[in-house]
Amino acid sequence: MANVDQFRSDVRAWLEANCPAEMRQPMTREEDTFWGGRNTTFASQPQRVWFERMRDKGWTVPHWPKEYGGGGLDGEETKILRQEMAAISARLPLVSFGISMLGPALLKYGTEAQKREHLPKIAAGLIRWCQGYSEPNAGSDLASLQTRAEPDGTDFIINGQKIWTSYANYADWIFCLVRTDSAAKKHDGISFILFDMRSPGVSTKPILLISGKSPFCETFFDNVRVPQANVVGQINRGWDVAKYLLQHERAMISGMGERGGNRPLGQVAAGLIGADAGGRLDDSMLRGQIAGFEIDEAALACAAERATDLAKAGQAHPAFSSALKYYGTELNKRRHELLMSAGGIDALEWESERSTEGAAARAWLRTKANSIEGGTSEVMLGIVAKRILDLPGA
Amino acid sequence: MALILNEEQSMLRDSARGLIGSKAPIAHLRKLRDERDATGFSRELWRAFAEMGFPGLLVAEEHGGSGLGAVEAGVIMEEIGRTLMPSPFLSTAVLAATALTRGGSAAQRQEYLPRLAGGDLIAALAVDEGAKHRPLHTAMKAVRSGNGFRLSGTKGFVVDGHVADLLVVAARTAGAPGEAAGLTLFVVDPRAKGVEIERTVMVDAHNAARITFHDAEVSGVLGEVDHGAGLLEGVLNVGRGAVAAEMLGAAEEAFTRTVGYLKERKQFGKLIGEFQALQHRAAHLYVEIELTRATVLKALQLLDAGAAEAGAAVAVAKAKAGTVGTLAVQEAVQMHGGMGMTDQFDVGLFMKRMRVCQELLGDANFHADQLARLKSY
Ligand SMILES: Cc1cc2nc3c(=O)[nH]c(=O)nc-3n(C[C@H](O)[C@H](O)[C@H](O)COP(=O)(O)OP(=O)(O)OC[C@H]3O[C@@H](n4cnc5c(N)ncnc54)[C@H](O)[C@@H]3O)c2cc1C
Repeated sequence: MANVDQFRSDVRAWLEANCPAEMRQPMTREEDTFWGGRNTTFASQPQRVWFERMRDKGWTVPHWPKEYGGGGLDGEETKILRQEMAAISARLPLVSFGISMLGPALLKYGTEAQKREHLPKIAAGLIRWCQGYSEPNAGSDLASLQTRAEPDGTDFIINGQKIWTSYANYADWIFCLVRTDSAAKKHDGISFILFDMRSPGVSTKPILLISGKSPFCETFFDNVRVPQANVVGQINRGWDVAKYLLQHERAMISGMGERGGNRPLGQVAAGLIGADAGGRLDDSMLRGQIAGFEIDEAALACAAERATDLAKAGQAHPAFSSALKYYGTELNKRRHELLMSAGGIDALEWESERSTEGAAARAWLRTKANSIEGGTSEVMLGIVAKRILDLPGA
Repeated sequence: MALILNEEQSMLRDSARGLIGSKAPIAHLRKLRDERDATGFSRELWRAFAEMGFPGLLVAEEHGGSGLGAVEAGVIMEEIGRTLMPSPFLSTAVLAATALTRGGSAAQRQEYLPRLAGGDLIAALAVDEGAKHRPLHTAMKAVRSGNGFRLSGTKGFVVDGHVADLLVVAARTAGAPGEAAGLTLFVVDPRAKGVEIERTVMVDAHNAARITFHDAEVSGVLGEVDHGAGLLEGVLNVGRGAVAAEMLGAAEEAFTRTVGYLKERKQFGKLIGEFQALQHRAAHLYVEIELTRATVLKALQLLDAGAAEAGAAVAVAKAKAGTVGTLAVQEAVQMHGGMGMTDQFDVGLFMKRMRVCQELLGDANFHADQLARLKSY
């Protein structure tokens, strides 16, 4: 216990000394998130300073081993670091699909050479990754994907189309699911492969979302040549890797709503609408809805904490991230419905400077994707029914 | 601290489950109900509890208890919830033990706690007066008289009130209903003159009483006169955490039985668990119950740590247990079809108990409001 307490006070002191004040403010604009990558730029000097200091500690990926650029912290230490960062509302120094999705899959399934090649670049924010899973005819039924990879010497030649590929137009590399055996049953002929988005034959086309932004693309592969050595795990066993990665993706998405800073939603609403003489939010029905929401939000935070502790104790159910993904995303949609309600007509502005270019409305619309991306709520419930509750025919 | 039970707590759970599962399955509740048992619980089982040290779980070792905490009490309550066992554990081992430990003088602690811990003293907490739990709205008057006070007024929903050997009563020595200042906790002998006790048979066949005080003379005060609100709130919070744990146990059991039924009942030539409409509802409920489990344990741990956030965590846990417990028993009855509506089938008993637990020490709305107040909006 003494060591743990010592660690906590060291972390607290270090964060206090090293996290710039600007990096303790709630994130309001897209540029507030630093994604890394070959062509990246920093939105501000504090963002750069914060990122570099954290990177040098290995704390962009605190729980990864040191030899791969991580901080080498154990589960308890990682939890403490997160708690202390949350306590001062410190922003994440680096957000990326490499950290939340590919990294865990490489740590489990990658060869030593693949780990040494890719993990340190993820930790240092040098390479930005995108995810090539979904296709026009393979969404919820992902395993029916058609993009083909045909062997040619020691390479594969890849042809096909992906869709909804988030930030494909900014990404440096892609982790991609391809069909390597079309005769096998649909789950048994898929491989998980990595390649450079600059490879000849790769092209992207942005898609505009209802939020008016275009964070994702159609991605086309026209005779793209990729070494077979870039397959992670065994050829034709890519579905195992894909599913494992999805568990991490879902855990990440389930926590997306928690970054709103430490101010209770009810106070935010009271700031916008006003309070009565007793200090109560001056809209009693909304106040009740917000309190109900905050109960569920607190409950989700407890469940996420417990899931981490169960995992450390080796007692976690592997499908539990689907449960959290379902609940967390539905909750985040509710949060933004309540925020829109609290904002009233002011939250409807789309372009003015006063509204930070319609930040509230755009954020609200963006959250509608939460229960679709990474597997829909209906699919999550199906997974819980089948894998956890063991219901028949699910 | 990890948000999971440690090894000793898991062992406690296993031994409680062993005892309760074998000695007090749901048939035990049915028997007490159908025979209109005058006590409303089994004294023999309470003795078996005493042999395991359960009544004194929260009592300090110097008074014959084991000096454990809210987490351990919650572990027992969860098991009690699973079989709907009527037991004075909440009234005596949780509420009264906490009130006496925190508010009692050295002499009071010495007088009551060893007997309580040994299973020889049943005690009940009398707070509610109206239809809803509103502790600050306590109106019952305690007027100074000689060296003591005289109580007049009526308390309802006093759990185990008709079998109690000791009552802990909240009354107003000053101030107006709605104010925290002016509340005082008293210890009262239920056999004292002017104390009239009526057993109120409730929908769930568990114990409760309505107690009327007709100028009853009392001398024992717990804590400070006029300044009992903080003490009361602390006691209630431990009780709320414990009731939330009971509701969790009942919700889990109702859910387990429901999922079992989905895998057994056939219609349209299929198991009803193959219908996606039911699968998704069951999956949703599973997630809600897991969230509830985490919030209950969190609240109990924070209570034990004496943390400042314990009050908010208790509000979250009791509110969540209220809404999720209600959903669990509603889905249980619905998914059992006509069977769920029969008295012979157990799921209805879970529905009845859950309704009572929802009101006990504040329902989900009460606690949502508490949370909003705590967070200043
Ligand atoms: C913002 C955003 C970012 C994304 N980023 C990426 C990315 O980076 N990379 C990537 O590969 N993909 C990405 N996706 C794609 C995402 O994973 C898919 O949209 C998702 O899996 C659903 O597939 P679909 O859109 O084809 O919908 P469908 O599968 O066509 O679903 C339509 C509706 O039918 C329901 N449905 C389908 N099957 C069932 C069933 N068995 N039971 C009950 N209901 C069912 C669904 O729940 C949904 O409501 C992203 C999506 C969004 C919205």
